[in-house]
This record gives sequence, C-alpha cells and structure tokens, in this order.
Amino acid sequence: MSEDLVATHVLEFPGGYTRTTGPVIGRFLTELRDRRLVGVRTAGGRVLVPPLEYDPDTGEPVTEEYVEVGPAGTVQAWAWVGSPRPGHPLDRPFAWAMIKLDGADTALVHAVDAGSPKALRPGLRVRPRWRAATAGHITDIECFLPEVASLVAPVRAEYRVTPGRALTRFLEGVRDGRFVGARCAECAAVYVPYRESCPACGSVVEEEVEVADTGTVTTFAINNLPDPRAPEVPFVSAYVLLDGADTPMIALIGGVPAHEVRQGMRVRAVWVPPEERTLSMTNVKWFEPTGEPDADLDESSGGGA
Amino acid sequence: MGNRCAVIGVGQTRYQTRRRDVSLAGLVREAALRALEDAGLTFADIDAVVIGKAPDLFEGVMMPEAYLADALGAAGKPVMRVHTAGSVGGSTALVGASLVQGGVHGRVLVVAFEKQSESNATWALSTHLPFNASLVVGAGGYFAPHIREYMRRSGAPDHIGTLVAVKDRLNALKNPYAHLRIPGINREMVESTPMLWEPIRYLETCPSSDGACAIVLAAEDKVTGTPAWIHGTAMRSEPIMLAGRDVVSPRAGRDCAADVYRQAGVTDPRREIDVAEVYVPFSWYEPMWLENLGFAAEGEGWKLTEAGCTALDGDTPWNASGGVLSSNPIGASGLIRFAEAALQVRGMAGEHQVEGARLALGHAYGGGAQFFAMWIVGSSKP
Repeated sequence: MSEDLVATHVLEFPGGYTRTTGPVIGRFLTELRDRRLVGVRTAGGRVLVPPLEYDPDTGEPVTEEYVEVGPAGTVQAWAWVGSPRPGHPLDRPFAWAMIKLDGADTALVHAVDAGSPKALRPGLRVRPRWRAATAGHITDIECFLPEVASLVAPVRAEYRVTPGRALTRFLEGVRDGRFVGARCAECAAVYVPYRESCPACGSVVEEEVEVADTGTVTTFAINNLPDPRAPEVPFVSAYVLLDGADTPMIALIGGVPAHEVRQGMRVRAVWVPPEERTLSMTNVKWFEPTGEPDADLDESSGGGA
Repeated sequence: MGNRCAVIGVGQTRYQTRRRDVSLAGLVREAALRALEDAGLTFADIDAVVIGKAPDLFEGVMMPEAYLADALGAAGKPVMRVHTAGSVGGSTALVGASLVQGGVHGRVLVVAFEKQSESNATWALSTHLPFNASLVVGAGGYFAPHIREYMRRSGAPDHIGTLVAVKDRLNALKNPYAHLRIPGINREMVESTPMLWEPIRYLETCPSSDGACAIVLAAEDKVTGTPAWIHGTAMRSEPIMLAGRDVVSPRAGRDCAADVYRQAGVTDPRREIDVAEVYVPFSWYEPMWLENLGFAAEGEGWKLTEAGCTALDGDTPWNASGGVLSSNPIGASGLIRFAEAALQVRGMAGEHQVEGARLALGHAYGGGAQFFAMWIVGSSKP
C-alpha cells in the first residue's frame, strides 16, 4: 500500500546558513544586540525600519544616516495566531503584527504577546521585551508587549450595618405579618415604613399605626433584565400604596403575567410561612392580585407616581 | 442675585464609552485647559476651583477632589467638591457662580466629570444595603413607573418617547463632542430595540460615558473674551419619601423654575427662552419636563414634542447638543447642560447653534427626581 511508502526527510544545512548582512542590515543587527533600534534614512527623507540598502520606491541607495527609533511603536495591522507552531516565537497564542516604531516611516513585523485578540486594535501602543542575552538577531526581541494603559484597583469596604430604631420597629412588624406605619400629628399623613420624624414638617412622630397588607398598584415597570430577587423575566416592580398609607413602597408583583398588571390593580401581600420569617422584607414574597375591581387612581392621593 | 457673573470659557472632552488614553487627572485637565484657552487665561488667573461629580463609588476614588486639586491648578487656592447626585454638574456651576456673585472671588474654574468605564453605574447605585424596606431597582427601574404614570395622566401616544430619542440623536450628529452619533437614526431603529424597563426601550435611555466639562466664571470686571451673562440661578430639593409627592411633576422642579424665571424676568418660557438644555436621561422626560418647567400646560407637553417644537428648527429647541440621551458622563452631565446653554448665547455652539439665541436655560435633576439646579444665561447683561 502507498501508505507504507512514507518517510520523513529533513533538509537542514548543517550548522545553518552563514548569511552575510551587508553594511546596512549589519548595522541594524549590531544596534539590536546593544538593545537599540535604528532605521536608515532614504534620500527622500523617509526612515526605513528594518533598514534596506536601497530605497524600495526609487531603487536609489539609502543615505548613511542611521536614526534611532522606538523602542515603542504602534500596531497598524495584525493576524492572530491561535495555535502557535514549534518555530513560532511564543508558545502561547499571539499576534503577528505590523508595528510602526516611533520615528519610523515603515512597519516592522514582529510578535505581540497580547493575551487575547480583543486586546489588539489599530493604534495599540507596544514596546519590545528583550531577551536576557542578545546576539544580533531579530529574535533578540522576544516579542512586543502592549504598553501599560490601565490597572486593576480592588476596592473593598466592609461595614457593620444596623437598621436603626425605626426600621427595626417596621421589620419586627413584617416578621409578625403586619405593616407598621407612622402618623404625623401635624400633617395627618401616614408614612410606611414606620419612621420617627416627618419628612414634610420635621415633627417627631409619636403615633404608630398598622396599615393593611392590601393596596393598590399606582404604577409599575416591566423589567426585562434579570434580577436575582425576581423569580423570572420579565418581572414587575410596582409602587404599591397600602390601604391606610400615604406613601407607596416599591415591591414585586407576582401571581399574574407581567403584561396583565394594571395601574389601579388591587393587590395583597403574599407572606412566607411564619416559621420562615426573619427581620426582613423577604417575608413578603410579593404582592398578588386580590381580584377586586381596580381602584380609581385619580381619586387616591399620594400614589408616589 | 448678587454681583454680575458671566461664563467666559467652556471646555469639553469628547464623550465616549471608554477614554483609555487618559487618567482621571488627564481627563479633567483636558476640559479645564480648553475652558481656560477659550477664556484666554491660565490656571494662574483662577482664584478658586469647584469640582463636581456623582458618587465616589463610580470610580472607587474616595474624595477625588483632594487628589485632583493640583491637577486643576488649585495648589494654594480654595478648592471644594459638590455632590447632588445626577444634578451635581448643575449645582457645581451654581456653587461656582455664588462665589463670584457673592463677591468672594473674581474668577472661578468649575469642573465636573465622570469616568463611568472604571466600574458600572448600576452596580454603584444599587449597593443592596441590608434592611431595605423597599425593593431597590436601578435608575431605569426607578423612573419607568413615573413615565408610565405620565402617559396615563396625559394620554400621550406611545411613540412620543421614540420621537425624542430620534430628535436628540439627530442633534448629536451636529455636536463633535457627543458620544452617541448614530448615522441614519430613525423611529424604526429606536422601535426595534428591546424594552429594558417597559415602557423604556434601549435607545430611549442615555449611554454610559467617560468625560469632563469645565467652565470659567468671572465677575464683571474680570470678563475676558465672549461672556454669557447669568440672569438667574436656582436650586431646590425635596424628600424622596413624602406623602402626596408628585413624582411626575415634582414640586421642587416647579418651584426651582419659578424662581429662576422670576430672577431673569421670564414670564413665558416657551417664547422668551430661545434654547433649553434640559436633563433628559430617558426620552419621555422631555414632555414631562416641558410641563414641569412651564413650557406647556399640564398634560400638553407631548404635543409640543410631537409637533416638532423642540427640534433644532422648532420654535423652542430643546437639547440642541443631543442632550443627556447622547452623552452621559453622569457627574458632568448637568454642567454640560449649563455650558451648552452658555455656548448658545455666546454664539459658539457650532453646527448645533440656534440662530440668534439670546436667552438660554440650563437644567439638571438628580436622585429620585429630588434635586434640581437651573440657570438662565443671556448674551446681554442682566
């Protein structure tokens, strides 16, 4: 079978070719060994990097003026190498890029170690990473690296949070399946949750009142973005004005498809079982429709909407 | 109102999703140096610096005013920080103006900024502290119900929000600093984007931007260049939780407008104000604020929008710059409104200039529509 007639054949000149550089490339590589990047100026004034012995546009010889360029440069174009081969300069995914070194008029091809193709864009600023030992070869530059343009700054603050007396009083009520409000003696308005001063007149509130766990949806949003506290998407967050309260609270609406919720809809709190309750609003699973006729919103005051 | 005060310099950065090329200091300097250049001044000519921005949690730099003081040439000078949530850019301008109007300083540099790309605004505004009595929702979730209530009360047709979303983006195409510049923007494009917080669609919301804005304020005897004279300034606030509070048309906004109109001698804002830069982060807030600011009777604001009155070529152009809907570096957004109003009466608004604008309104609001800041600037002395 022909499959049997396959052999590996290596063509490799022993020791490698000895390639002469000529004066121009030689100067470039000599400078490279000293960790400097140079280009050569053409008669027309352009700086070629890597240098050539002639101006590729005109065929005329270049001048003898060498110009130090870089070491930083700008990526003009690139090709991403997702699976590097053995002969490649890096053993992890990288980009072959056209890099225009600062002060040069032409681009140099080299590898960019950018981590991800998303990190590459035209105009990306890069700098060379030199090998520990240089030899006068283009691989004296192991690769180019993006310049440092941002850093990660972790910030973490940890607090001990206490709800305060008024909110504790309200949450105690919620634990017991009741909504506790505060009536301002001056304004006669009932604030839910319970609070100890009136936001309208500043009076100290002395009267605690219990309001119903039924109320009216004054207005709402249908949220199409997921939220860990909502059972599904879309979900409805609504302003619910509890019967007997003058300020609404924002709450989840459940037990009804989102697009069937209406302004004026009558709702009732759905409480979690008493044994599962804590000092928190999670005791109210959500509000669900009572089935009563809708309230007339133009007659109810407050509303919060 | 105190001594006369004028805007003599305006500087803005290009607003975009991510300014990768500058630090916070570089960002604010870019705006500040442009404002100084506009005024023909340097940092040496400035007596005091006022900085504004939204919550520190946005960039995670606590008290950035301290860090930014010397970047803004404030070494050896008074520097202060203003924070009134989303209205902060406007309040910052007013604090700066009060320093001049009160005779404390001759020239004040006012700078406001936000670099939203350093974190995420929704995260920073929804920290989910323990022991909440209410469901905490992000800005869209908070304002969408108020928009729904406006639609119910006014009977406005559903497409009004779309019209504003298109109109402001068309204006943005004429503003080189605007973030969202969407060629070919039209109703179909807006209506094809998903509902995020119904009734708010994706393209009916503002973007998240990096950017800074700066202005130079001067006393009458310190004016250089082309002044925009301040004819009135007002701030108002109200509690977020208040029995009987009208969140569709907050009283603080109505009172603030009445105050600034009284100072400027304005009795019919729609006819007397040539151009308004009003804080509209969700498209429906245009008709809502048209009513709150007295440009239209209650329930009638949407009719002005629908008739094209607020377009650049309408009889009462709103947000000729493209507004917050087109650029939103939150802390700077209010100051951009105030600065754009000044540019209009200075005749320096470029392609989005309202021809012959002599009197302009700058407006900002913030929090749960609780904080309001406004000014009226004019081409002639008050």
